[in-house]
Amino acid sequence: MSDPRADAVDAPADAPAVTRAALAAGARPRRLGALYVAEHQLRAMRAYGWTIVVGGVGQPLVYLLGIGLGLAAFLDTSVADGADGPVGYVEFVAPALLVTASVGVAVDEFTYAVMNGFKWRRLYWAVNASPVSPPQLAAGVVLAVAARMLLTAAAYYALVLAFGAVEHPLRGALLPLVGVLTGLAFGLPLLAYSASLTDDRGQFALVQRFVFTPLFLFSGTFYPLATMPAALQWVGWLSPVWHGAELGRALSYGAPPGAWPAWAHLAVLLAQAGVGAWAARRVFLRRLRS
Amino acid sequence: MAPAPDADGAPRPAPVAPAPVAPASVEPAPVAPASVATRPRAGTPAVVARGLTKRFGETTAVDGIDLEVAPGESFGLLGPNGAGKSTTMRMIGAVSSRSGGDLRVLGLDPDTHGPEIRSQLGVVPQEDNLDTELRARENLVVYGRYFGLSRRVCAERAAELLAFAQLEDKAEAKVDSLSGGMKRRLTIARALINEPRVLMLDEPTTGLDPQARHVLWDRLFRLKERGTTLVLTTHHMDEAEQLCDRLVVVDHGRIMAEGSPAELIRRWSTREVVELRFGSDRNAEAALRLDGLADRVEVLPDRVLLYTDDGEALLARVADRGLHPTTSLVRRSSLEDVFLRLTGRSLVE
Ligand SMILES: Nc1ncnc2c1ncn2[C@@H]1O[C@H](COP(=O)(O)OP(=O)(O)O)[C@@H](O)[C@H]1O
Ligand SMILES: [Mg+2]
Repeated sequence: MSDPRADAVDAPADAPAVTRAALAAGARPRRLGALYVAEHQLRAMRAYGWTIVVGGVGQPLVYLLGIGLGLAAFLDTSVADGADGPVGYVEFVAPALLVTASVGVAVDEFTYAVMNGFKWRRLYWAVNASPVSPPQLAAGVVLAVAARMLLTAAAYYALVLAFGAVEHPLRGALLPLVGVLTGLAFGLPLLAYSASLTDDRGQFALVQRFVFTPLFLFSGTFYPLATMPAALQWVGWLSPVWHGAELGRALSYGAPPGAWPAWAHLAVLLAQAGVGAWAARRVFLRRLRS
Repeated sequence: MAPAPDADGAPRPAPVAPAPVAPASVEPAPVAPASVATRPRAGTPAVVARGLTKRFGETTAVDGIDLEVAPGESFGLLGPNGAGKSTTMRMIGAVSSRSGGDLRVLGLDPDTHGPEIRSQLGVVPQEDNLDTELRARENLVVYGRYFGLSRRVCAERAAELLAFAQLEDKAEAKVDSLSGGMKRRLTIARALINEPRVLMLDEPTTGLDPQARHVLWDRLFRLKERGTTLVLTTHHMDEAEQLCDRLVVVDHGRIMAEGSPAELIRRWSTREVVELRFGSDRNAEAALRLDGLADRVEVLPDRVLLYTDDGEALLARVADRGLHPTTSLVRRSSLEDVFLRLTGRSLVE
């Protein structure tokens, strides 16, 4: 079935009235279906809105305070260089924490919530019976999550600014967008995976423990990737967190000589998000149109 | 499927051949051309299926069915679990692609015009899928948006539909707090938010208590009176008799018979049925001695059914033969009997 493909909604003049009415009524949802889904999702998020806000602001505050007042105070040498030489520790860590927060939103929204949609509360099946197509459904879910990522990353950036942990505040204003992109580079493949599961037999807990946490720890988050044993550096190269963090650092204080160019990080993130989007679309179609 | 012999030895009827299945009021429509049905006609059928087939790997869930639903008609698919009713509904509802045959809904092909078809349908699925985290009213409003309706229109219709579903005082209640019957009525209200031309109900009252079922039937009856086209599935013969102008009996993905409830009973059963119970180990033996008394005898594990046009007279003749069942009952024939006749099985095991 190919809902999105057929956009020929022009009715022959002699088509029956019911057919013409259908053709007319299908036009708006064909264009705006994803937005309707996002609207519904955001409305549902309001139910746990305070967790989003408290988590979105509280968690960075704890990290930045902890690292700024604690860890950074003990480090007397700089761990990393920017374009203009050594940078402070909080400056170094802040972009990585920001993109990680956005990846955390992806873990939140693209695991159990997806199982809810397909299985536990069957919300996706209700949408499926409406004019909205499976790819639009997937896109709408992603839009709403991207909005939550943007909110989280923007709150993070405001705190980073307050801590003075950014060298170029204007260029750094792009950090929330890098956060969203990183969240999607991790989140879209995860969405495709979650949508392909018919049962939760603990896979989501495994994703949290053995994918998210290691990526967070081994992606050059707290020290440069190059200082890790060479045998473990590949984790960083594959990790959206590393690419997002490095891109964020380049924006915040400039990349040191010899670093990957920013466009390369951007390309990896876009490719990961793109592959995830393609896979998610396929899985949604397969599952909802069988 | 090999015809199994009846208890009285007569072969069971073969499934109805794929002949045109059209109600008298509507001329049999040839299947519409590929993209859009072009014949202007006041009564464009809501649904036309020819040889409609659905396979899941090895399983053939729907095996070449033909049906046509006229506008304003109340049409039922009656069959046991696994007969292929939900699968048929999903194909008509343009959420499942067919493996073979032809299908037009409101003159459109679901393969190419899914969104357009779905914009005109109201769907009440077999399993409720309300958003349990939203309130009753919000469920309606949010759902209306999926059809491209403005928030104002959604709000107006939500108010009307809550009244129709007799849920006005539950408008602000969380869905979780509603009873099963209320949830079902809310699901029906939600399915009406786009003022659908065709309302599709998959087992609308299965799992509800008798009182809740009657409330629901009453609501559906009102819709029917207003001229809404209903397509519903059920494995409850009383529901089919209550709500359907016309129905098809389906088993193993095939149509076994088609007609109005009264027609089906007239054609496939007698006016009355006598149910006799002799105790489970003695039913078969007693049935032998009932030979020749009724038009047809059906032996079930727990009772013997005698098909006749005059039940009381038959009961008297049973007594004349010196047979004394522990209980006896004369009742009117029902669709259950039709189903038994056609398939050799009860509708609800
Ligand atoms: N998505 C599916 N995948 C595989 N088999 C299916 C699927 N849906 C239904 N079936 C099979 O098709 C047959 C008909 O099922 P269904 O249409 O649900 O019957 P009914 O609604 O009449 O109870 C059953 O044998 C069922 O197991
Ligand atoms: Mg079913």
